[in-house]
Amino acid sequence: MQAYLEALRAALASLSAHRMRSFLTTLGILIGTGSVIAVVSLVQGFSASISDQFSDMGGSTLTLHAVNNNENFRTGRINYITFDDVDVLRYRVPGVQQVTPTMQINAAGVSYRGRTVSPSIIGTSSEFQVVQGRYVDQGRFIVPSDDRGRRRVVVLGSKVVEDLDMPANPVGEYIRIGSEWFKVVGVLEHRGEILGFSQDNFVVIPFEVGRAMSGNRSRPFMSISFNVADLTEVEAVRERVKRAVRLSRKLKPGQPDDFRVEAADSFVKQFEQVAGTATAVVAGVVSISLLVGGIGIMNIMLVSVTERTREIGILKALGATRRDILVQFLLEAGLLALLGGLIGIVLGYGAGVGVAALIPGFPPAQVPLWVVAAAAGFSALVGVVFGIMPASKAASLDPIEALRYE
Amino acid sequence: MISLRGISKHYQMGEEVVQALDGVDLDIGRNEYVALVGASGSGKSTLMNLIGCLDTPSSGQYLLNGRDTSTLSDVELAQVRNREIGFVFQSFHLLPRMTVLDNVAQPLVYRGIPRAERRQRASEALERVGLGNRLGHRPNQLSGGQRQRVAVARALVGEPSLLLADEPTGNLDSRTSAEIMGLFDQLHRQGQTVLLVTHEPDIAAHCERIVRVSDGRIVEDAANRNRRRETH
Repeated sequence: MQAYLEALRAALASLSAHRMRSFLTTLGILIGTGSVIAVVSLVQGFSASISDQFSDMGGSTLTLHAVNNNENFRTGRINYITFDDVDVLRYRVPGVQQVTPTMQINAAGVSYRGRTVSPSIIGTSSEFQVVQGRYVDQGRFIVPSDDRGRRRVVVLGSKVVEDLDMPANPVGEYIRIGSEWFKVVGVLEHRGEILGFSQDNFVVIPFEVGRAMSGNRSRPFMSISFNVADLTEVEAVRERVKRAVRLSRKLKPGQPDDFRVEAADSFVKQFEQVAGTATAVVAGVVSISLLVGGIGIMNIMLVSVTERTREIGILKALGATRRDILVQFLLEAGLLALLGGLIGIVLGYGAGVGVAALIPGFPPAQVPLWVVAAAAGFSALVGVVFGIMPASKAASLDPIEALRYE
Repeated sequence: MISLRGISKHYQMGEEVVQALDGVDLDIGRNEYVALVGASGSGKSTLMNLIGCLDTPSSGQYLLNGRDTSTLSDVELAQVRNREIGFVFQSFHLLPRMTVLDNVAQPLVYRGIPRAERRQRASEALERVGLGNRLGHRPNQLSGGQRQRVAVARALVGEPSLLLADEPTGNLDSRTSAEIMGLFDQLHRQGQTVLLVTHEPDIAAHCERIVRVSDGRIVEDAANRNRRRETH
């Protein structure tokens, strides 16, 4: 232990004797770890914020989508989720709790006092707020009697209120959707942007009103979200839903499903997978820069060994063993790389925070501690590995030759 | 204390085999003050390297304090150099980035002695060579004579059996040389065994015994009858 402490002291002394050179040598490692940390901090920050936004919608929420491939669109045989499917889910599958169909409505736009904007228009039921975890900030949401009475009422996303330049409390105002007038009954909570896409640029009308607007014969794009009463039953309910929907659609055995039942958090899982892949790719690219950094360290260490040949000879004459010399030079290389790694971590985190702040709506950068530890450990490892060659060269110098070296 | 029997050393220089030493017998007892003299190329440097355990002989036996060094491993040789031999070199060979005190303390690092004790012993050694007031200086802030004193202090700090000096005054002017030789005389009087390697008769004249090497053999080994004594 004492010997390692001495070697550490000696290594630090010789690094600080050539501060500029040490710094330049570490640049490769510095840039490598810096870029890893910058990218990882952005990806992690982003994925943390995504998970956060979707955490309201637990794993108990499932969504039924239609499945279409290019062939379907080319031939015009497009699969839809139908109003029958809504009824199947509502009345035929045990274990399903709340069902909320969501319909995209095509309308000419949303107008208020001469201003017109084009948010997405969603027709849905009162359960939407529970299932999707979006609640009102002012006024009220769609209620079941709105559906039954086909009331022309609308709940606005905060972006729409802003874009239409409506009063701070627009409840009670009237807007026009397409050619029909709607009374504003509520405004949804503000949610902000994900990657520059506003999460508040939509309006909600009662499902039956939407259905009426689309016309009885048309087939709007729809999806159906539903809750499962018992969390432990999610998989069983999913299977039951599949069976019931297949039956109502009269799919023959062997025919593939033309629909999909997805958990609401499956998007988060997919995203995390993508983020993980991105991180791995970046790590791969960056490990090349660490390799280059390591070669830089090896190069400088070799120069340093040649420069210090006489010093090594002196130390050997004074009783240093091969091992003493080896450990000192290995520590020097390791410390150089670790130093570069640590500076890189700090700068990379700074860069991540800076970039996240520069992009509007981008979530703040985050670096998990294990990434910091791994980056520091890996850079030190690179130093030690690339230090082996110079250090063993130093250790195996012949003391007589080394002392004579000018 | 030192006993060499039939020591030979040859090097391969390209095609040629150079016989640097050829059957050298030499005994040096405790508290002797010996000069090893010879022209350059005579083999005296090789002999010194062997005695200093920086090198091992091709054949023959070298007993240092009764221990046969020709069979020692690298690590054991390093330990012998550390404990038994104190080197003083012609060009001082101090470590430029360290303070005088750390330079002198360096050999003790390899014995695993704690820092506080190392510094204590190093400052005592510097006291002995008259540099007790220069502990924090760096070698380049000192004169040649002072640097060589630091080197002597470093050689002494581990209390070696043998102080081995290779042309210790080679890089010094005559006045400083006299000072350094006075220091060696004094150390000898205090009981230190000293082996000086030199080609200058003036320097050899300080020693009690002169061993002359030529063509890899000892050609003369006699007491120094005209020993020069410094008057202090």
